[in-house]
Amino acid sequence: MPKIGVVTFPGTLDDRDALRAVKLAGAEPVALWHNEDDLHGVDAIILPGGFSYGDYLRAGAISRFAPVMERVVDAAKGGMPVLGICNGFQILTETHLLPGSMIKNAHRTFICRDQPLRVETSRTAWTTDYTDGEVIRIPLKNQDGQYVADQRTLDMLEAENRVVFRYVEGATHGPAGFEENPNGSVNAIAGITNEWGNVVGLMPHPEHAVEAGFGPDMPGEGTRSGTDGARFFSSVLTSLVAAN
Amino acid sequence: MPRVIVDVMLKPEILDPQGKAVAGALPRLGFDGISSVRQGKRFELEVDGTVDEAKLAEVRSAAETLLSNPVIEDVVSVRVAEETA
Repeated sequence: MPKIGVVTFPGTLDDRDALRAVKLAGAEPVALWHNEDDLHGVDAIILPGGFSYGDYLRAGAISRFAPVMERVVDAAKGGMPVLGICNGFQILTETHLLPGSMIKNAHRTFICRDQPLRVETSRTAWTTDYTDGEVIRIPLKNQDGQYVADQRTLDMLEAENRVVFRYVEGATHGPAGFEENPNGSVNAIAGITNEWGNVVGLMPHPEHAVEAGFGPDMPGEGTRSGTDGARFFSSVLTSLVAAN
Repeated sequence: MPRVIVDVMLKPEILDPQGKAVAGALPRLGFDGISSVRQGKRFELEVDGTVDEAKLAEVRSAAETLLSNPVIEDVVSVRVAEETA
């Protein structure tokens, strides 16, 4: 059975949800600790959401120097699938495994809502079980979620089809002017991948949409019924099987 | 103990939502004529021994590695603080 590690930093919040999502997908969840210099033989890694080290200095800035991150960077460069969710995405940009950075939401408020996303590419380790162009709905909750990058980086990401998720309209509420793009991210970017497709980072939370009754509200289907995030975790299992 | 002051600012092309919020609040308090605010970070580092060129170079390197993120921020100055009585 493939083992998927979830790293806990001081201030991580969503590690238990991520571990549970891994288990529901049929893999063995492995809790990894920030201060340990060991990946315990995992086949893939998730950096979950939260406010690691209190987001002091910048979101993700201090986590980057945790002992476990050196191993994560080596593994990612060796092709291991790595997923960064929210604060995990911020850590991946601070670590330079993914380009660009996140700054405060353009409307300066914390936002929490069920967010529609368009899956722009299924050619990553974490999206193979989605269809290109499919719209999914998973929770979004952040303060520093505005993706920024210089023009050269943006041109590269677009040309190489490395924007994995984009915000689209259809959310039920939000600050005026942010009905579609919830934080002012450039090109409505919600998630990106590296040049090999094994490292993916996104601001919304797939691990909160894996079990009916505890997921996002799905208009026309029911409250808390959304499980659109589950295929992140089945995708990585598909990728791991394909790689072996 | 000597202190080194490091100033970090968001790059000019990066939107600064916090600065914008401050700029919006000023006229409400009657402070007119301020059209724009950009908010940065100031770090005060207490350094062992004396500060020479080598030490300053080390602080500059720390400023560019940890204190700032070069993707969105610039280190605008690294300087030795004046001694205060």
